Amino acid sequence: MVELVLFIVFGAIALAGALSMVLHPNPVHGALGLMATMLSIAVFYVVNSGHFIAAVQVVVYAGAVMTLFLFVIMLIGVDRHENLEESLPIQRPLAIAVGIAFLVLLGLIGGNAWITAPEAASPPNGTVENIADLLFTDWLLPFEVTTLLLIIASVGAVALAQYDPRPKE
Amino acid sequence: MDVTAGWYLALGAALFVIGASGMLLRRNALVMFMSIELMLNAVNLNFVVIGRHTGDLNGQVAVFFVMVVAAAEVVVGLAIMIAVFRRRASASVDDLATLKG
Repeated sequence: MVELVLFIVFGAIALAGALSMVLHPNPVHGALGLMATMLSIAVFYVVNSGHFIAAVQVVVYAGAVMTLFLFVIMLIGVDRHENLEESLPIQRPLAIAVGIAFLVLLGLIGGNAWITAPEAASPPNGTVENIADLLFTDWLLPFEVTTLLLIIASVGAVALAQYDPRPKE
Repeated sequence: MDVTAGWYLALGAALFVIGASGMLLRRNALVMFMSIELMLNAVNLNFVVIGRHTGDLNGQVAVFFVMVVAAAEVVVGLAIMIAVFRRRASASVDDLATLKG
């Protein structure tokens, strides 16, 4: 019963936030809508026994990533409302049609082949301890490769930020 | 009424489709980027829900890796966007037509 109420409330918030992100002309409102969506997804993680993942979702996604987005939106200029007119004539109706067709297709596939495995007796317990157990045994190599990726990303960001398009004197 | 895994998967599918439509409908590079993040989140939700259904913790580890890669991707993507903005003073992808023949 509690789960049903949580699903309805936060599912509605998640959908509303996602729609406002796509439809609102001002990117700041869109970023806030996306933040609401991410927070409600964190609630769903808690409900589905992903405690650690929910904390990471709030800290990394809703915290760091969205703050970075807002920072860049402020930097690039928020007062300029995007011109919502489409330059390609047929693009917009085609995009809406493709979106609807995609949703129908997913619904058809899902309706015919939901998960076939039997439901487990007990859900996994996603605490820090259990996640770390897996992360530092089975997933150790991917974890180490991730550090390489993060170094490359930070070096790339610094290199791009220092790039100056004006020619040197 | 029980909330089964299928409900969450349907919600994840809806969020993914909204993200994909945002990618197609908008011309602001930042909003397109946020649409990508939305699609990643929808798939993450599916990972966690199916992991709960099958009693497998590996789904949550996969979500962890997706988050790390997404964070790295956001850093580089936003840096590129700022570099483009310095040159063109616009965040619209329509203005990036330098390679047009």
